[in-house]
Amino acid sequence: MAALLTSLDSLVAALRADRRQVIGPTVRDGAIVLAELDSARQLPYGWGVRVAPGGYRLRERADRAAFGHSAGPQSWKAYLHPPRTELWSTRRGESPAEPDEPPPRYAFLGVRPCDLRAIGVLDRVLGQGKYPSVRYAARRAATFIVAVNCTEPGEACFCVSAGGGPKAAAGYDLVLTELIGADTVRYVVEAGSEKGERLLSTLDTYPADAATAEASAAVDAAAGRMGRALPPGDLRALIAEKRDAAHWDDVASRCLSCANCTMVCPTCFCTTVEDTTDLTGEVAGRWQRWDSCFDPDFSYLHGGAVRTSTRSRYRQWLSHKVGTWHDQFGEAGCVGCGRCVAWCPVGIDLTAELAALASEETAS
Amino acid sequence: MKSAMMPQPYRVTARREETADTVTLDLAPLAAPLPPYAPGQFTMVYAFGVGEVPISISGGENGVITHTVRSVGAVTRAVCAARVGDTLGLRGPFGAGWGVPAPFGADLVLVAGGIGLAPLRPVLDHALRERDRYRHVLLLIGARTPGDLLYSSDHAAWARAGADVRVTVDRADRSWTGRVGLVTALFDELWLDPGRTTAYVCGPELMMRFTADALRARGIPEPAIRVSLERNMRCGVGWCGHCQLGPLLLCRDGPVVGYDHAAPLLTVKEL
Repeated sequence: MAALLTSLDSLVAALRADRRQVIGPTVRDGAIVLAELDSARQLPYGWGVRVAPGGYRLRERADRAAFGHSAGPQSWKAYLHPPRTELWSTRRGESPAEPDEPPPRYAFLGVRPCDLRAIGVLDRVLGQGKYPSVRYAARRAATFIVAVNCTEPGEACFCVSAGGGPKAAAGYDLVLTELIGADTVRYVVEAGSEKGERLLSTLDTYPADAATAEASAAVDAAAGRMGRALPPGDLRALIAEKRDAAHWDDVASRCLSCANCTMVCPTCFCTTVEDTTDLTGEVAGRWQRWDSCFDPDFSYLHGGAVRTSTRSRYRQWLSHKVGTWHDQFGEAGCVGCGRCVAWCPVGIDLTAELAALASEETAS
Repeated sequence: MKSAMMPQPYRVTARREETADTVTLDLAPLAAPLPPYAPGQFTMVYAFGVGEVPISISGGENGVITHTVRSVGAVTRAVCAARVGDTLGLRGPFGAGWGVPAPFGADLVLVAGGIGLAPLRPVLDHALRERDRYRHVLLLIGARTPGDLLYSSDHAAWARAGADVRVTVDRADRSWTGRVGLVTALFDELWLDPGRTTAYVCGPELMMRFTADALRARGIPEPAIRVSLERNMRCGVGWCGHCQLGPLLLCRDGPVVGYDHAAPLLTVKEL
């Protein structure tokens, strides 16, 4: 049953009272970033963003919307799959020990539907393979998710053509839809799990009534306002067919191989390991940290890297996202959040690159 | 549940120097042994404080794991330097193996280039242990020089146990009285039965391509040509993304794949 909230104060307070660390969007350093929130007052009320290939700027909105912005520079993977984690440490001659710490009790506030799908994608890579990551699964299980249906797609957004949409499908505990009035905001809230039901029952809510229809209409309208779209057709087949396309050289002439796209991508999961020793040489540790297929060392084999050219590294990234991810994990690795478009320093737009590949005649 | 990233301590119980840069280690578990391996699988071998590398399993029974390691980088150098009594960490066994046993009455053709004989050793040991199961067991070995030949003191015993062992080197030295040339030239001496042959090929990528081409030219269907591929591996369990070769995660879908899967991938530059 949907209910209505006239403010998010009680929700954030209830999550904190449940001993949860509430992570949500807030304005910092000229961007809407994810950070720990002490209260709902830290949400970015009245802020929107202007996004373009290679561009991201805050803008003031005429209203008080908290979620009237598209994806920021970070994604939730920074919390579920942290950039640097200790795997284990050991003393010479002893068995290695894993860090003994309980998983953080996160509450994610404001997970957009694209990012909710991305969390599902990470679940299938890290949490549900033949060798699931115990640490990832524990973090994930301890996390409470408050999704927010999207009523404000950005110029770089293309979730609809990526198989998703502005309405959160599954995998949340609570879902909000923000109803933006002239100088008020209200939230239609629905539970998606027992945990969510329980929390919702502790909040003072109003009957949703007509607001439910208003919320649905706002979300439906958002589907038609995507700033971008992936080219139609079978991208998996396209990318396999175009391995030798000349267009890869064209992208490579612009791509800096800087790895920004892989860092901001909510599904890019690649990691490397770092081995450390202390000064005595008796204590060794092993750390896992994010890695990027744009780093020449990524494909290093004795004798040299396999992918030495930017052409081959960009091809690897894009092919993986929309093509070979299907072979490996049964779905696409791209959810259409648009981050890689906005945060590419030279404004490479994968939707445009795919369209160019699709229109290039196959040399045969 | 124990993390797949936790190495198990193994002690070096025997060490044999195979060539100037290659060492074979027998490793016995100090704690719980790893689960049983299938021929073609690999483990992640950890050298204290230096790092971890994927190494194919070359044999071992009753919990012992035998690895033949060529020193080519910092970690393999440290592993090769391990002495009897030293401790290494092992995780695994991981990956898809060669798929032995082959059907009864099959002809097995093992083709090894250089260190590529190491991952094939468990297939050979299996075939010789169950020699009656198969018709022909052919082992074709190529190496750069006579000094680069692995397990050379065992070759005669393999022949006595019923393998047809043929060896060639790229460059001979004064002591060498055998064949000189590429391993693919050995096919000119042989007649292969396309309907009964399963080939197991391991060596440098180019050597595997030419070997597969030679086998195909003799009518062996691509799925019956098994190749063991190599890419950078950081985790062995499908989390790190390094070992991708197009659609394959080699730590999970390989390292051994049928040539029907490998052929379209190996010809793409920098895939």
